[in-house]
Amino acid sequence: MRQRLRELAALPWLLAMRALDRPFRLLQRGIGQGGMPYFFLVPNLLFFGTFVILPLLVNAAYSLTGGTELFLEDRPWIGAEHFGHLFACGDLLDPATCREDNFWRAIYNSMKFVTLQVGFMVALSLLTALVLNRKIRARGFFRAVFFFPVLLSPVVVALIWKWVLHRDGVLNALLESLGGDKILFFIDPGWAMFWAIFVSIWAHMGFYTLILLAGLQAIPPDLYEAAEMDGTSKTRTLWRITLPMLWPNLVVVIVLAMIKSVQTFDEVFVLTGGGPGTATQLIVQYIYDTGFASQVQNFGLAAAASYVLAVILIALTVIYIALAFRPDAKHA
Amino acid sequence: MISRLLHFLGRGRGTGGRPHVTDVLTWLYLALGVFLMFAPVLWLGLSSFKTQAGLIEYPPTLAPLEQITVPVEGYDEPLPLFRVTGEDGVVRELAQVRRVGIISLMVDPAAPAERIKVPIDSIEKVREVKLAFENYAYPIAKLNFLGYLGNSVFVTVAATAITLVINSMAAFGLAIYRFPGRNVALGLVIGTLMFPLTIILVPTYLIVTELGMTNSLWGVILPGAATPTGVFLLRQYMLTIPGELIEAARLDRASEWQIYWRIVMPLALPALAVLAIFSVIWRWNEFLWPLIVLNRSENFTLQIGLHSFSGEFYTRWNYLLAMTVLTLLPVLFVFGWLQRFITTGIASAGIK
Repeated sequence: MRQRLRELAALPWLLAMRALDRPFRLLQRGIGQGGMPYFFLVPNLLFFGTFVILPLLVNAAYSLTGGTELFLEDRPWIGAEHFGHLFACGDLLDPATCREDNFWRAIYNSMKFVTLQVGFMVALSLLTALVLNRKIRARGFFRAVFFFPVLLSPVVVALIWKWVLHRDGVLNALLESLGGDKILFFIDPGWAMFWAIFVSIWAHMGFYTLILLAGLQAIPPDLYEAAEMDGTSKTRTLWRITLPMLWPNLVVVIVLAMIKSVQTFDEVFVLTGGGPGTATQLIVQYIYDTGFASQVQNFGLAAAASYVLAVILIALTVIYIALAFRPDAKHA
Repeated sequence: MISRLLHFLGRGRGTGGRPHVTDVLTWLYLALGVFLMFAPVLWLGLSSFKTQAGLIEYPPTLAPLEQITVPVEGYDEPLPLFRVTGEDGVVRELAQVRRVGIISLMVDPAAPAERIKVPIDSIEKVREVKLAFENYAYPIAKLNFLGYLGNSVFVTVAATAITLVINSMAAFGLAIYRFPGRNVALGLVIGTLMFPLTIILVPTYLIVTELGMTNSLWGVILPGAATPTGVFLLRQYMLTIPGELIEAARLDRASEWQIYWRIVMPLALPALAVLAIFSVIWRWNEFLWPLIVLNRSENFTLQIGLHSFSGEFYTRWNYLLAMTVLTLLPVLFVFGWLQRFITTGIASAGIK
């Protein structure tokens, strides 16, 4: 029965492929076998070119032109004015002295967010992976428990927590029943940032736990056996064998987490809307607000700000690729 | 019973004997983890069955409860039922006619002629468990939930199909052949890992506009179709296919296209399945790009629909929670069904 279903599902695919046999055999006769690899690459590269390479070039045109028009021919050339605007600060450490203060607030918020989110998330993922790597019952179940939020949509994650955290929500009821006072979590800047970080850790730590767990399980067991024979204490084994062996994976995980964290938008946007005020507005939200959500759509400024984000991401990605595609790095 | 449970749970490192202190800590940590990960989702599920009145009740009740109302002779509307503790300690169930300050005006449903005044601190609502299925029925019938669902399914299926075809073709080209420019193409693939959609939002929006695809689902589907991750994953897998197989096929006069779909694709099925699952999850959950491209509500995907509904001035939480549950369920089913596949896919490929 299942076999039948599978064959049935594959049928349209097989028919389409077979129908293409003849034309593509003729094509091969035309361009020769040496031309075929290009043929296979064309569709993907067409998409790449249209939606990645071309935009990268066009982005420059936006960042150097002004006005609120979308079409490039309607936009006046203004040179590096947007960049000057972004970086016009009395004191770079104080966003209030900047002309585009929201940009710098977003930068500082993102720095705070990335540092705390990545720091705590990797630490918790490591702890969870170590716990799951012990000889425990129902490991698969617990792994799934920590992992399932990874697959939930950011909107769903944010709504789940919004419902828990709102003014008359279950957490405030719990606080009051324990003798505390209600806290307006999304009115207080500190709490809003705390929950933005907490929720995004909740949603993503399972992914990093999984990678670290795979790394832990790849450590050869004879190392542990040798340590046990020598009477090495468990703490010492952790510091001298487990962590050093896991180190390459850990570094990759940290950089990957930073790449993702810098680009955070969805869950924080739905959870706090960037508020209160701009207390939890991150870089991507600044770009989105400037280019798309505000009354006056400032595409040029958004494109210029994208370059700042791009520089950060490229730096992180170069580090990531250098680490992850090293011959001795197995995972990630 | 409890000691046996503890024994079962504690059976970790120590073979027999008392559980080690680290075993206890392990189980405490896992118990806390289960609570933190599951409780919010369970709370969402329970809340989604509460009526609007039940939802705004504070402090909230765990189960979806509703006050019982009884029809009383002489009153048009059914009256809410309360449990009243009299001064003599006798407990009676009375229906409330109305409240005046701290005095509640009640009647006995059995003898509706006589009105009884009681202080409100001596009364307590009589409630029963009632699941508000209309929370689910209303969005489906009236709020275009099915339209959003249809859009999401269309985007997910079409995008995944396109991704699988073009990514597998490119991966095949990059894995099987050595040709001038291969390293450039490979470099492009890896290089675009650096340029996620988040940093080219404005120009991509222009291109989608020029192609006439704003407010169309194709504007959501096409920009993300050529995933570098997918090409990379498939290529790595195809590299493990022995070259003799392909040589043998060529000797049998198979065309390159036939080698692609008759030999390499079936062999790469596990990697294709991993990519398919991830593409489905990416597309189902995608938010920022659809938020930019789709402006008319009939084109909204589920995520955008949910967000726009939650952002309304007067959020109807009972419908919102039910829709959230409906959006989350397919993902949980897929996860429950393909869990092993997904987790090994992540652990070995590191994609997300």
